Amino acid sequence: MQAEKTYTKQKTTCYHCGEDCLEETLVFDSKSFCCVGCKSVYEILNQNDLCNYYDLEKTPGISPPKNVSKKHEYLENQEIVEKLIDFKDEERMLVTFYLPQVHCSSCVWLLENLYKLNPHVFSSRINFLKKELKLSFNYHQLSLRQLVELLASIGYEPEINFSDTSKDKKYKIDRSLVYKLGIAGFAFGNIMMLSLPEYFGLDDIKELSFAKFFGYINILLSFPVLVYSASDYLKSAWVAIKHKTINIDIPIVLGVIALFFRSVYEIVTHQGAGYLDSLAGLIFFMLLGKVFQQKTYAVLSFERDYKSYFPISSTIIKESGEEVSIAVSELKKGDVILIRNNEIIPVDAQLTAGEAKIDNSFVTGESLPVEIKVGTKIYAGGKQKGEAIQLKVLKEISNSYLTQLWNDEAFTKQNQDQFAGITNVISKYFTLIIIVIALGSLFYWWNIDKKIAIHAFTSVLIIACPCALALSAPFTFGNVLRIFGRNKLYLKNASVIEQLAKISTIVFDKTGTLTQAANSSISYIGEQMNNDELNAVASLLRQSSHPLSKLVFSTLENYQIIETKDFEEVLGKGIVATVNGKKVKIGSANFVETTKEDAATTSVVYVKIDNKLLGRFQLENAYRKNLKKVINQLQQYFKLHLVSGDNDSEQQRLLVYFSKENTFLFNQTPEQKLRYIKELQQQNEKVAMIGDGLNDAGALKQSNVGISISEDINTFSPACDAILDAEVFEKLPLFFKYAKTSINIVIASFIISFLYNIVGLSFAVQGLMSPVLAAILMPLSSITVVVFVTVATNLSAKLMKVD
Amino acid sequence: MSVLFILIIVSLAVAISFLVAFVWSVKDGQYEDDYTPSMRMLFDDEIKETKNQSK
Repeated sequence: MQAEKTYTKQKTTCYHCGEDCLEETLVFDSKSFCCVGCKSVYEILNQNDLCNYYDLEKTPGISPPKNVSKKHEYLENQEIVEKLIDFKDEERMLVTFYLPQVHCSSCVWLLENLYKLNPHVFSSRINFLKKELKLSFNYHQLSLRQLVELLASIGYEPEINFSDTSKDKKYKIDRSLVYKLGIAGFAFGNIMMLSLPEYFGLDDIKELSFAKFFGYINILLSFPVLVYSASDYLKSAWVAIKHKTINIDIPIVLGVIALFFRSVYEIVTHQGAGYLDSLAGLIFFMLLGKVFQQKTYAVLSFERDYKSYFPISSTIIKESGEEVSIAVSELKKGDVILIRNNEIIPVDAQLTAGEAKIDNSFVTGESLPVEIKVGTKIYAGGKQKGEAIQLKVLKEISNSYLTQLWNDEAFTKQNQDQFAGITNVISKYFTLIIIVIALGSLFYWWNIDKKIAIHAFTSVLIIACPCALALSAPFTFGNVLRIFGRNKLYLKNASVIEQLAKISTIVFDKTGTLTQAANSSISYIGEQMNNDELNAVASLLRQSSHPLSKLVFSTLENYQIIETKDFEEVLGKGIVATVNGKKVKIGSANFVETTKEDAATTSVVYVKIDNKLLGRFQLENAYRKNLKKVINQLQQYFKLHLVSGDNDSEQQRLLVYFSKENTFLFNQTPEQKLRYIKELQQQNEKVAMIGDGLNDAGALKQSNVGISISEDINTFSPACDAILDAEVFEKLPLFFKYAKTSINIVIASFIISFLYNIVGLSFAVQGLMSPVLAAILMPLSSITVVVFVTVATNLSAKLMKVD
Repeated sequence: MSVLFILIIVSLAVAISFLVAFVWSVKDGQYEDDYTPSMRMLFDDEIKETKNQSK
């Protein structure tokens, strides 16, 4: 069957990828496709009887990348292969790929049926949320390169980055918390069951041996809870004592130890049944709180640095003209590298040949490609759009402009104030008060009855064990984390919420953060064009590959494509052609021989027909919707700063949104942005940085809370504490307010837990505590607090319209 | 009452076997991906359906 090429203006959607067929429609098997790539994927699937792919979901496909022939050459390099794979034996090789394209059940189905496409694939398993494909294949029959090319040919090109080779790949998932919880739960349930006779006051009819037997089993069951399940608390308390500080774990450990030894003593001396049920329950609930707080967005990565974006390898051209692919880390000064379409420039380099159009959206957030002349220096991080270019390496990767940022100390220091959490501040006073009360009751009873004295002393420690206190913050922040996540603000962990509530200053980046890259507006200024003129302009623009032409073309409407003669594209200047005998020129001011209007700030395309200047298309950065509202709201509570890498030409426009008191800084390097944040912090400001590109990465890291704005949360974000979906930018002031509310909820729950403690302590100091009282009071206080914070967080989210 | 001792031991043994099963399933990675299996389980049915339709 032959594919016919037709030009059509009717909207046809591609059977494979569902995109509108804009330029041409290829028809095959009575189905339309938007490009050769989509059609060839269909052919492959059709031949292999895999068309069920199209039945599961409508138009599930991804247009495969073009020109992949040489791109994966580096996978022939054994050293690189060794670094990428998970495991290999005589026959099999196991490898895990990240496939960002995975988006529906069809994808899962096709990728798990990969063995039908190539019999040397033994198995393929996909993790949908992580978009990871685990493959096992026969590497004698199918090389890693062939495998990657097979995936690319059906539209799923794996994303392989520099970081895949440099980080320790075999990271272990820590499941110990789940085991600890399981064991605590197991012990809790069984000890409760064995304590039932005690609860119902059946001790009268029990035989002595029977009670003894239950008691010893309880000790046996609670032992692993104390030494294994509670080990984190024991360690943390020990560390705190060693550093001469007090944290929440100290009163917990005191309570736990008092519980265990008093219970053992009571059981061994047949005085009672002990409090081992309370011990196991306490540990179980607290671990549950930890698990609840540990919600992570496995799909999102908050720790990405430049390595996650940079390619693994680069093609260098030897003096002999031979092209060899070598690892990026091996690049040396003076090497000549070849960068193809859509490849990222890994090092600072000088353009030596070719037409460079560099898309710096990773670095600055500016998505419109910049044209660069031969001989100019290009910084690492840009992406080439268009033909292959040659560059001479100026600096090795570790010394490049952007990567140097990562040598800053901001990237080496870890969370400095881990112990500054609200719980630990409170627990300092709490612990001291408890110890005073415990010792007080010990001394009070000591002269009256030594037995009661010991009893009261341990009872105070047991009943005061701040289980509810320890639970309130994890449950509150855990739930708030979920509410934020539902509303598309994804936080790295729960402690970010506490930081968020303390923020006093907000620093914004401009391009890509306040402006919206995808939504730049194009306005036409000048004489109204008639139909003929419009058709001519559209026909010319359609043939140009320049990004600006494409953008302008996409905004035109109601045109017809007509034939053009002598079409010529002058590099970096404009396009010219003859249409219906008229000479049409579209391009820069220089090109159409006119003087520039004062619009130096924006990209302008002039239109000239037969020596008559018609007008100009002006591209303006569109600021985000509701920016004015967001800034106004934030201004009431925070000091605002704007730090931009661009020149100050937009300052006038920015003043529409900001007020004059706000600080504006322009022409800032990534390094300077970081320093600026540091300076603010030295003035005791708690700084939130809101940025998007790699050039903000330093500032995001240095700030107390680094929020990265992203149009598509799955694709790009530099290392940060939180990722905000650009869609919900207008909710930013609400999010800050809600973080503050959540702190108040924690404080309210502390008060509740103190009230329970006062009741419990009033019994304890009198030496009146019984196992049943402990077994009721401790879980009850925990449950009240958990229910309170869950209801309070959800309710306030509804009331504040966050949720 | 001695039957109670045996029953308690049996019940503990059952509980321990569940604990072991739990630890085993966690170790095996069963809880790592709780989303994809829900998609995967629907595939076989759909294939049969489409085949029947084409026949």
